Amino acid sequence: MAAGVAAWLPFARAAAIGWMPVANCPMPLAPADKNKRQDELIILNVSGRRFQTWRTTLERYPDTLLGSTEKEFFFNEDTKEYFFDRDPEVFRCVLNFYRTGKLHYPRYECISAYDDELAFYGILPEIIGDCCYEEYKDRKRENAERLMDDNDSENNQESMPSLSFRQTMWRAFENPHTSTLALVFYYVTGFFIAVSVITNVVETVPCGTVPGSKELPCGERYSVAFFCLDTACVMIFTVEYLLRLFAPPSRYRFIRSVMSIIDVVAIMPYYIGLVMTDNEDVSGAFVTLRVFRVFRIFKFSRHSQGLRILGYTLKSCASELGFLLFSLTMAIIIFATVMFYAEKGSSASKFTSIPASFWYTIVTMTTLGYGDMVPKTIAGKIFGSICSLSGVLVIALPVPVIVSNFSRIYHQNQRADKRRAQKKARLARIRVAKTGSSNAYLHSKRNGLLNEALELTGTPEDEHMGKTTSLIESQHHHLLHCLEKTTGLSYLVDDPLLSVRTSTIKNHEFIDEQMFEQNCMESSMQNYPSTRSPSLSSHPGLTTTCCSRRSKKTTHLPNSNLPATRLRSMQELSTIHIQGSEQPSLTTRPPPTTSK
Amino acid sequence: MGAVMGTFSSLQTKQRRPSKDIAWWYYQYQRDKIEDELEMTIVCHRPEGLEQLEAQTNFTKRELQVLYRGFKNECPSGVVNEETFKQIYAQFFPHGDASTYAHYLFNAFDTTQTGSVKFEDFVTALSILLRGTVHEKLRWTFNLYDINKDGYINKEEMIDIVKAIYDMMGKYTYPVLKEDTPRQHVDVFFQKMDKNKDGIVTLDEFLESCQEDDNIMRSLQLFQNVM
Repeated sequence: MAAGVAAWLPFARAAAIGWMPVANCPMPLAPADKNKRQDELIILNVSGRRFQTWRTTLERYPDTLLGSTEKEFFFNEDTKEYFFDRDPEVFRCVLNFYRTGKLHYPRYECISAYDDELAFYGILPEIIGDCCYEEYKDRKRENAERLMDDNDSENNQESMPSLSFRQTMWRAFENPHTSTLALVFYYVTGFFIAVSVITNVVETVPCGTVPGSKELPCGERYSVAFFCLDTACVMIFTVEYLLRLFAPPSRYRFIRSVMSIIDVVAIMPYYIGLVMTDNEDVSGAFVTLRVFRVFRIFKFSRHSQGLRILGYTLKSCASELGFLLFSLTMAIIIFATVMFYAEKGSSASKFTSIPASFWYTIVTMTTLGYGDMVPKTIAGKIFGSICSLSGVLVIALPVPVIVSNFSRIYHQNQRADKRRAQKKARLARIRVAKTGSSNAYLHSKRNGLLNEALELTGTPEDEHMGKTTSLIESQHHHLLHCLEKTTGLSYLVDDPLLSVRTSTIKNHEFIDEQMFEQNCMESSMQNYPSTRSPSLSSHPGLTTTCCSRRSKKTTHLPNSNLPATRLRSMQELSTIHIQGSEQPSLTTRPPPTTSK
Repeated sequence: MGAVMGTFSSLQTKQRRPSKDIAWWYYQYQRDKIEDELEMTIVCHRPEGLEQLEAQTNFTKRELQVLYRGFKNECPSGVVNEETFKQIYAQFFPHGDASTYAHYLFNAFDTTQTGSVKFEDFVTALSILLRGTVHEKLRWTFNLYDINKDGYINKEEMIDIVKAIYDMMGKYTYPVLKEDTPRQHVDVFFQKMDKNKDGIVTLDEFLESCQEDDNIMRSLQLFQNVM
């Protein structure tokens, strides 16, 4: 029952009086309206914009946020209104849903923002009205594709821990940018495809005369050379095909795919030619087989995205192409028949039969106009002109559809590539921001403890070193600190994403100076920078005092081998050492504000 | 009547003398087109003031407000035509076919037989049904059953009404509706109502018989507190 019609229920119940005299048995009791509240206005304050509606309007849909008692959580006692800190624009649509029973999707709204709002208010998007449902679904699909794209590229860039050899090969084949070897392979095969195609072409060029015989094509003159070239190419292609056959996770699917068929067709003629001897009968067929060598050019589609898109477009426009073909065939048959009968009377007419007229019709409709067949009678000329005019129309109609499809798919691909390229730069910037915030934590930690140390030692020095942090930041830092205390581990900053180093020293968060130096020496002798320092052997005589009691010590430079960054860091930091990172700027004093 | 008729367009019908065949056809087409548009232009009807309605009916101001809001929501133009009426009523009985009974109801509401029910008619009828005396309610029901409004109910009219009521139940009932159930039902009804056994029930017979029946009296009080 639609929500708006609920207002007519009293009328429907009243009209039931008409059944009473007819009824044979007594009626059931009517439900008593226990709390007969007068309908009251509710004020909904969404980010400052006030909406008002009747309480009963909202109660039409009791399984949503506004219709149930869930909204009581948002009730503001002081102002006697329900406050929601959400987008007022989308709320307009939501409230209209309660009023009219129809949920609309505004076109200017971002699809994920809209979905979030609907989820918040407990409304299923499926009830969007027919007027807006198509648009909503289209946008949602686009968004999902984009997300899938992003996920795919993300997965590609993740360094998988251990792929089998076969899997690495498959990845290398699919995406040549994964490793240098794949790239080399990619270019080598591309080169050989080009060589093979060029040899096929050059083979047929007449190459000058051999004394005593007529002009020969190059293929026959230098047959040995060409044969060697051909063999080399085919060997490369065979090896490539076998490798590709070995790699994929599903061989059956790979064998059925278009590219593998093209590969097979490209190399088969050679082997068939090898197998067949110089038998006179089959050599004709053998020559025909050579034609298939031209299919090698399709192997380029692995190398060219545009070609792939073209193929995909043609596949997706199959119906338009079919229509084009069908209408052309119809028109050709009609006009050929007409021309044949029109030209039947004229002498020495080339239009000997209807199939013979097909040639004329095709040439005329596609506006080629070779002129090898022309009508001579007046009727023939009239129909011929009609034929050429209609040809233009028939061909011009489906072509824009195909073109627009191609353009759409091409631009989609362009956008995907652009997004991927931008993504790298974006991620790098995000990383910097993240490290900034994580370093802020460590710096605040340092500053906090410095302050504590200062307080303990009683020297009112450098209190300004503690930079002011917002309440949220300090609470966050406190939380991280609690986690550290709980686990007995501590945070280090030596690569952009925080890594936790296990420490064999329990309840000791911050590294002792000597340990740090030892660590530095050890790690500097290993590959620098190291993300995982070797486990520390417990050093006799290590102080296990609580971290907060640290006295100021000046550092001595133990080892001049230390890289400059570490040097600087050790110079700067007086009490607490943080293992130096590749970003020296972050460890210099005083750290810049890193509030996000 | 304080009704205000608002017209949205000021199209005037062209008065042309049909001279030739083609011209005549064109003129007819224009007239039909304009008639259609005129139909659409007679759109806005506003009811009398709240005080007047309050005086005429047994509803309070608040109740009238609630009623009008619901009415206006479904019929923004201010009048209900039979189609809309049927659609609204059908929404309450999704399993069956309520159109026939809605048709009879509509005729009962539309006291002036204009083909459209204005808010005043609506509220007047509701006032009788919900707040009226027993006498008034029974008279209204008699009026509903009397399809041709001749002052008498005969068996055919009653069978139509009862069939319409059964139609609202739909096909999937238990026990399954048999062919002659409505007829039997009507026979029972007539036995009860038709005092002089002349095959026709008059208003007085109806009133008398209903007031004798306790079940009916009780059920008439059921919808007292619907508003």
